[in-house]
Amino acid sequence: MRVDGSVARCSLLLLSLSLAACQTAVLSPAGPVSEGERIVLLDSLAIMLAVGIPTIVFILVFAFWFRASNTRARYRPDFAYSGRLELLVWSIPALVIFFLGGIAWISAHLLDPAEPLKSKAAPLEVEVVSLDWKWLFIYPQQNLASVNRLVVPVGVPLNLKITSASVFNVFFVPQLGSEIYAMYGMTSRLNLQADRPGVYMGLSAHFSGDGFPGMSFDVDAVAPREFADWAAAAGAGGQVLDEAAYRGLLRQTQNVTPFTYRSVSPGLFDRVVRQELPPGEGPPSARSGAGGSTVLALAGN
Amino acid sequence: MFGKLTWAAIPFDQPIPLAAGALVVFGIAAVVIWVVAKGYLPYLWREWITSTDHKRIGVMYCLLAAVMLLRGFIDALMMRSQQALAFHAAGYLPPEHYDQIFSAHGTIMIFFVAMPFVIGLMNFAVPLQLGVRDVAFPTWNSVSFWLTAAGALLVNVSLVVGEFARTGWLPYPPLSELAYSPGVGVDYYLWAIQISGIGTLITGINFVTTILKMRAPGMTYMRMPIFCWTALAANLLIVAAFPILTATLAMLLLDRYVGFHFFTNEAGGNAMMFMNLIWAWGHPEVYILILPAFGVFSEVVATFSGKPLFDRRSMIVATMAICILSFSVWLHHFFTMGAGGDVNGFFGIASMVIAVPTGVKIFNWLFTMYGGRIRFTSAMLWAVGFMVTFVIGGMTGVLLASPAVDFVLHNSLFLVAHFHNVIIGGVLFGAFAGYTFWFPKAFGFTLDERLGKAAFWCWLIGFYVAFMPLYVLGFEGMTRRMQHYDRPEWYPWVMVAGVGALLILCGIGFQIAQLWVSVRSRDRRLEPTGDPWDGRSLEWATASPPPAFNFAVLPAVTSEEPYWDVKQRARATHQLVTPEPQYAAIEMPRHSPTGFVTAFLATVTGFALIWQIWWLVVLGLLGAYATFVVFAWRDVHEIEIPAEEVARIDRANRAARAAALMAEAPP
Repeated sequence: MRVDGSVARCSLLLLSLSLAACQTAVLSPAGPVSEGERIVLLDSLAIMLAVGIPTIVFILVFAFWFRASNTRARYRPDFAYSGRLELLVWSIPALVIFFLGGIAWISAHLLDPAEPLKSKAAPLEVEVVSLDWKWLFIYPQQNLASVNRLVVPVGVPLNLKITSASVFNVFFVPQLGSEIYAMYGMTSRLNLQADRPGVYMGLSAHFSGDGFPGMSFDVDAVAPREFADWAAAAGAGGQVLDEAAYRGLLRQTQNVTPFTYRSVSPGLFDRVVRQELPPGEGPPSARSGAGGSTVLALAGN
Repeated sequence: MFGKLTWAAIPFDQPIPLAAGALVVFGIAAVVIWVVAKGYLPYLWREWITSTDHKRIGVMYCLLAAVMLLRGFIDALMMRSQQALAFHAAGYLPPEHYDQIFSAHGTIMIFFVAMPFVIGLMNFAVPLQLGVRDVAFPTWNSVSFWLTAAGALLVNVSLVVGEFARTGWLPYPPLSELAYSPGVGVDYYLWAIQISGIGTLITGINFVTTILKMRAPGMTYMRMPIFCWTALAANLLIVAAFPILTATLAMLLLDRYVGFHFFTNEAGGNAMMFMNLIWAWGHPEVYILILPAFGVFSEVVATFSGKPLFDRRSMIVATMAICILSFSVWLHHFFTMGAGGDVNGFFGIASMVIAVPTGVKIFNWLFTMYGGRIRFTSAMLWAVGFMVTFVIGGMTGVLLASPAVDFVLHNSLFLVAHFHNVIIGGVLFGAFAGYTFWFPKAFGFTLDERLGKAAFWCWLIGFYVAFMPLYVLGFEGMTRRMQHYDRPEWYPWVMVAGVGALLILCGIGFQIAQLWVSVRSRDRRLEPTGDPWDGRSLEWATASPPPAFNFAVLPAVTSEEPYWDVKQRARATHQLVTPEPQYAAIEMPRHSPTGFVTAFLATVTGFALIWQIWWLVVLGLLGAYATFVVFAWRDVHEIEIPAEEVARIDRANRAARAAALMAEAPP
C-alpha cells in the first residue's frame, strides 16, 4: 500500500505545518487499523497534492499574467483547441484516479472493518449496544457489562459486534480507527486493536437525538493484567444485567456516568438483535400521543 | 376542529424562536403594508406575481434564494455562536432548539437557497441563450416557482407555529419515525419538501423540453452555449432523481401518518433502505446544483478572458459524463455501514471517477484564461476564487471517496468542511458570479463593482477562515451536530471558525449595500446597448432588460458564438450587420394567477396536513382541483404584441447599438 514513502513523509510535513501540530486524533494512531488508515490518507493526499498544488499555482499565474493590463502577455483570441492539450487534460486526472482508485480498492479490502486482525493473542469479544443516549458494552467472555466506558487490554485484538437498541448511531474511537454504524435489528462487525496504553476518546459519530452530544465515552487501554484486575473488580460488585435491568436502560437518559454490571444474562445481545426485546422507548410524549414542542420536555438526566 | 393545533404550539415560553418568529412576521407585514400603501400592489400582481415571463420568474427565484440565504445564514451564525459558548457549558441553545437550527440550516440552504438560485439563473438565461421567446410551458413555470415559495413559507411558519425537524437535513429513520420524533417538526419538513419537490420536478420537465425542442433556427446541440448544456444535464437529473425523493418521503409519510412500516424498527421495517433511497436522489442532487454553476463559470471565464471556451467538445462530454456517473456513487454516503470490501471498493472508485471529468473542466477553464485578455470584474473574481477553492474541495472529496479514509472521517467536521467547500466555493460562488454577470441584462443597469469586489474578498477569506478549521477538527475526531463538547483541543479551532462566519457576514453586508447603492444610482449606471461585458452568446444580442418577447426576430445561428461573430463582422465593417427586419406581431403567453393560487392552496393543504386538520385538507384539495379546471377551460391563452410595438422597442435598441459601434474607434 505504501506508494511512495518520501512523498508521504513530505505530505506529512505539509500537514504538520498546516495543522500546527500533528497530535490530532486521527493522525496519531494507537492501533494497527488507525495506523493503516493514516497511511492510506497520507498517501492519497500526497498523490493529489502532486497535481492539485501545481493546478492552483497555474490558475493564479495564468490569471495574473494574462490580465488585460499586462501588455507583455500575448493575446491569442483564437486559441480554443489543441489536440495535445485535450489528451493532457483527460489523462492527468485519469492517471491520478487510476493510482488513487488502486489504493482505494486494496485498502477497502485490507481494512475492511469486518475482517479479523491477525494476531497470536486470542481476540477479546465485546458486544456493543447503542442506547438513548449511552453505550452498553457487554463482555461475554468475562460475563460482565459496562456503560459508557470501554476497558480493553493492550495488544489484544478486539472483536466487536455492534447493534442499536433504538435509532442509528456510529461507534467511533478516532485513535483506534474505523467507525461503524449501530443499527436496530442488525449486527455490524468491527475489529480494532489498541497497541499503546492510554485513555482514548470514543463517541457517537451519527446524530441520534437531543442527548447525542453526551454519548462520548472513554476507552481505557490497559496492560492485560490490569484488564484482568478490572474485570475481577467489576465482577465483584454492581447489579446484574437481566431483562428487567435492560428494559430500564431503554429509557432516554443523557450524560450517563459510567458504571458496570457484575454479570449479564446469557444471550442478551442476540435477543436484542433478534428483536425479542423491545426497541428504545423514545420521548415520553410518544407514549402519551401528544405533539408540539412544548409538550416535548426531555426525560432529564 | 383544529386537529393537533393548540395555543401550546406557539413557543410563548421560548424567547429566541418567539423573537425570531415575531421578526419574520413583522418583516413580512411591513413589506406588505409598504407595498399596499405605495399603491404598488396592482403593478406587482399584474407584472410579477401572475407573470409567466421566464425572466421575471427567474428574478423571483433568485430573490427567494437571497431572502432564504439570510435566514439560513442566521441559523449558521447561531450554530457557530452556540459551539463557541458550549465548551464545557450548555451554551444558550438547548438541544431541542439547536437540533432544529442545524436541521433548518441544511434544509433551507439546499432546497431554498441553492436550488432556487440555480433554477432562477437557468430560468433567466437559458431561453435567451437559446434565442427563443419563452420556456416550453410558461404557466407551469409559474406554478413551479410558487410551489417552491410555498415550501419555503411552510419551513418559516414552523418557526412560529410548532417546531421544525430535529433530525438533520435528511430525516434518517428510525429517528424521524413517530416513535422517536412525535412532534410536528418532521411533518413540516416532509410536506415542505414534497410541495417544493413537485415544483422542482415540473421545472425539470419544462427545461428538458425547452432545451430539446425549442432552439433558435440553426442552434444545433453542438452550438448550444455550455450553460445550456449544463442546464440540460441538471434538468435531466431532476427528472430522473426527484421522483425518488418524492417516493421516499411519501413512504416516510405513510409510516408516520397511517402506521406503515417501511422504515420503522418494528414489523419488518428497514431504515437502511431510506438511506439508500435518499442518497440515490441526494447524490445526483449535488450535481443538479453544481453543473449549472459550472455552466455559469464557463460563460464568465470565456467572456472576461475575451476568448472562446477552450475545447468545448471536452466540456460537453465531461458535463454529460458527470450527469450519468452521478447515479452510480450514492453508497459512498454510508461506507461505514459495513458493506464489505468489494461493494465499498466499487463505489469508492466510481466516486473517484467523477473527479476525471471535473478535473477536465478545471483544466479547460485554465486554458481558456491562457492567451486571454482577462478583465477582473467581480464576476471573474468569483470564477477564479471558485477554481482555486474547488480544487481543494475536490481533493478532500476524493479523499473521502476512499473507503478506508472515510472510515475515520465519515460524519466528522472534515466532511462538513468538504461539502461546504464545494457548495459555497462551487454552487454559491457560481450563483453570485451569475447574479453579477446577468444582473445588467435583467435590469438594464450594472451593479456597483467596488462593493461587489469587497463582498467577494470577504466571502473568500471568510470561507477559508470558517471552514479550514473544520478540516482540522475532523482530524481531531469532532463529529458534526454537537450541541456541546468538552475536548479542549477542539475549542480554539471552533472559535476561529466563528470568526470566519463573521467575515462572511461582512460579505453579505457588502452584497446588500451593493444592491442598495446600485439601485439608488441606477440612472448613472444605465447600460443602453444590452451588452455591458462584451458578451459572446445570444442573451447579449437583445436589449437590457429584454422585451417580453426577447427577440424581435428569432436569430439565425450559424456558429458556436453567434453574437460574438455578428459583433466581429460589425466591427470590421463599422456598421450593424443585419438590416432592419420586417417586424411582425408576436404572440406571447398570457399572464396567469394559476401558479400563485395553486401555491396558496398548497400551503393551506400542507399546513392542514401537518396539524391534521382534515376538513381544511379537503378544502385545499378541492380548491386545487377547481384551479385546475378554471385553467384548463381558459379560452384565451395568448396575447398579441402588435408589430408597431415590436418595431418601436427593437429600433430603440438598434439605435443604441449603432451609436455604441460608432463610438468605437474605426478598425
